[in-house]
Amino acid sequence: MVALLDLVQTLTTPHPVDRYLELVRPMLTVRDMRARIISVDRSVPGTISLSLRPTRQWDGLRAGQFLQLGVVIEGVRHLRCYSPVNSQHDRRRRLDLTLRVHPHGLVSRYLHEHARPGMIVDLEPASGVFHLPDHRPARVLLISGGSGITPVLSMLRTLVDEGYSGDVVFLHYARSPELVPHHAELAEIAAAHPNIAVEMRYPERDGRGFDHDELVRVAPWFAEAQTYLCGPPPLMESVRDVYSGADLSERLHTEEFVASTVAVDSAEVDGTTTFSASGVTAENAGASLLEQAEGAGLRPEFGCRMGICFSCTSVRRSGCTRNLRTGELEADPDQPIQLCVQAAVGDVDIEI
Amino acid sequence: MTILTETKDGPLVLSPDQVEEIGRALDELRARVVADLGERDREYIYDIIKAQRGFEIAGRGLMYLGFLPPFWLAGVAALSVSKILDNMEIGHNVMHGQYDWMREPGLNSRVFEWDNVCPGDQWKHSHNYMHHTYTNIHGRDRDIGYGVLRIDEGQDWNPYYLGNPVYAFLLMVFFEWGVMLHDLEADNIVKGKRSWSDLKPLIKGQLRKSGRQVLKDYVAFPLLTGPLFLSTLAGNATANLVRNVWAYSIIFCGHFPSGVQTFTEEETAEETRGEWYVRQMLGSANISGSPLFHIMSGNLSHQIEHHLFPDLPANRYPQIAPEVRALCEKFGLPYNTGPLGKQIGSVWAKIFQLALPPRVQESRLAKFLPAALRKQPTSGVIVMRQQSPTEAGV
Ligand code: FES
Repeated sequence: MVALLDLVQTLTTPHPVDRYLELVRPMLTVRDMRARIISVDRSVPGTISLSLRPTRQWDGLRAGQFLQLGVVIEGVRHLRCYSPVNSQHDRRRRLDLTLRVHPHGLVSRYLHEHARPGMIVDLEPASGVFHLPDHRPARVLLISGGSGITPVLSMLRTLVDEGYSGDVVFLHYARSPELVPHHAELAEIAAAHPNIAVEMRYPERDGRGFDHDELVRVAPWFAEAQTYLCGPPPLMESVRDVYSGADLSERLHTEEFVASTVAVDSAEVDGTTTFSASGVTAENAGASLLEQAEGAGLRPEFGCRMGICFSCTSVRRSGCTRNLRTGELEADPDQPIQLCVQAAVGDVDIEI
Repeated sequence: MTILTETKDGPLVLSPDQVEEIGRALDELRARVVADLGERDREYIYDIIKAQRGFEIAGRGLMYLGFLPPFWLAGVAALSVSKILDNMEIGHNVMHGQYDWMREPGLNSRVFEWDNVCPGDQWKHSHNYMHHTYTNIHGRDRDIGYGVLRIDEGQDWNPYYLGNPVYAFLLMVFFEWGVMLHDLEADNIVKGKRSWSDLKPLIKGQLRKSGRQVLKDYVAFPLLTGPLFLSTLAGNATANLVRNVWAYSIIFCGHFPSGVQTFTEEETAEETRGEWYVRQMLGSANISGSPLFHIMSGNLSHQIEHHLFPDLPANRYPQIAPEVRALCEKFGLPYNTGPLGKQIGSVWAKIFQLALPPRVQESRLAKFLPAALRKQPTSGVIVMRQQSPTEAGV
């Protein structure tokens, strides 16, 4: 098999085999992973749930991890991170995603409008360190808010599948019950398992935000538990405060989900640029990133210094940059950019 | 900078303000195209890729019938078209970063490789950087003669250049190998400007890349046709040759026909954006033809537009060409274009003329030379910087 693949690769050189196969059938790939959408559910307002069937390269996930999904919008492929809600013991070769439709979210809005069974998307393997440890803790507290429910739901389903016998509390914050995806399933799980409690809070309606008293009320044993937290920044902050106040920070595991649209003022050049591969940082001064890197003592590759040769292309890990030729702002993470015609806006991380 | 151009109606003066106006107009044109990039460009490049793959598979398949001459010829034709599309409309353009905005890993300039013995990264250095940044500047742009030919009067003659037409012919036949060796700058090693140790990594890359190409075309595919080994080998070699001759011809028409201008380092020091644009326009030449011809030339038939905007998708060049041309006309700048026959003819004439020492062409003997070898009148383009005129015409 390997020998045959080598031969085929020799014959298609210099192009990878997949560059031929994808033209025949996108799901017929040797190396690249793809997925076919098999069902779409828009019943929860502002949310869309997708079921995907990945190609055979998919080798599973650990409960809580995320993956990247890629779709083409107006000719451009956009990748976004989503946490599947599957149990990690799900053997159906199926991925279930539940995503909130952000009013400014390019990809979530696109999927909300266009996703249909049969559509093919790009898929990257699961990754991320936010997952249950191999040795399951004696007690587990899962806290989430809004669409942060997805990774912790995956953890809960995994524990249920394992017949986990320790205490589990699932504490979720939302604006109203109708906006909670998988609401019925959560209730069923709680009813069927005496060791699992599901607590829903609607702060805008019942006025109960997160604080120390609430934590003691729902999980009096929280100090001995491992806590997994994912939600919007204000929730993350209050939980972190309580945990650090109780000196329990290392029992708290968190996953940020960064909003994909960063609203910044293009005139603002303040901030720090981190050149993460070399561990150097520099204060922004409005100059091109190439000049800024050189000013900080780095020697990145370059050629024309005017945006035509692409020698200086490097990856922007995070943050926002401004194209000095067009004035356009870009903030998609992990994108290759031309350092000589991009300047930092706010904090930026460049991988050189 | 002031630019004087000899036109039909006498000399033309471009003020620095006018040059900057040209720059602004072109920047604005570029911005308009960038804002409009999208689905249509994506479909275009994928259509070309599909066509290329189709011709490739057809060509490889037809070699199994290679014992029948018409099928062998059809196979060679299909494979030649495939290689030409791969190298020109796909490879050259993708490696210029023209499709990087699509964020498609398979079409990204950082990783793309073409069906050619020259490794992509080395080509990107000698071409995208050296040639496109320093277009037609003596001493900077190594595409002026590729370190082998005398293609411009600004290059000093020496007896070596008596072989000019022979070198040009060999370069045409072995074009992909010439392109591969280009980044080594072998002439600079002879002159002692470059050391052997600089070359090690380059040569390693070349062996790797060309090894794979040779294995594919001259070993694996011929073996797969069993008893037809030799016929397939010959077919593949012919397809590579056809691609070489075609690519050479198109590329030589881009900068070497009569009427294009070269520059010196002093003239172009501290260029403004507008001056850079003007240099690109004076230093390139187009070829006129049908839409199919433009595709088969990788749109390098729109060399002027390509040099102004090397990173815009090439399928946009035909669309913006009328605007560029109108801009040239507005300011009296030459817009060098003509059919393939005329452009390539003038290139070869130049190759022959420049083989001869300038002394011969200026002497009384000149009138005994065949017309094509006689010195042509120069185009009369003069570039002035800081009020001190210097001849830079062709
Ligand atoms: S250095 Fe040439 S594109 Fe940046």
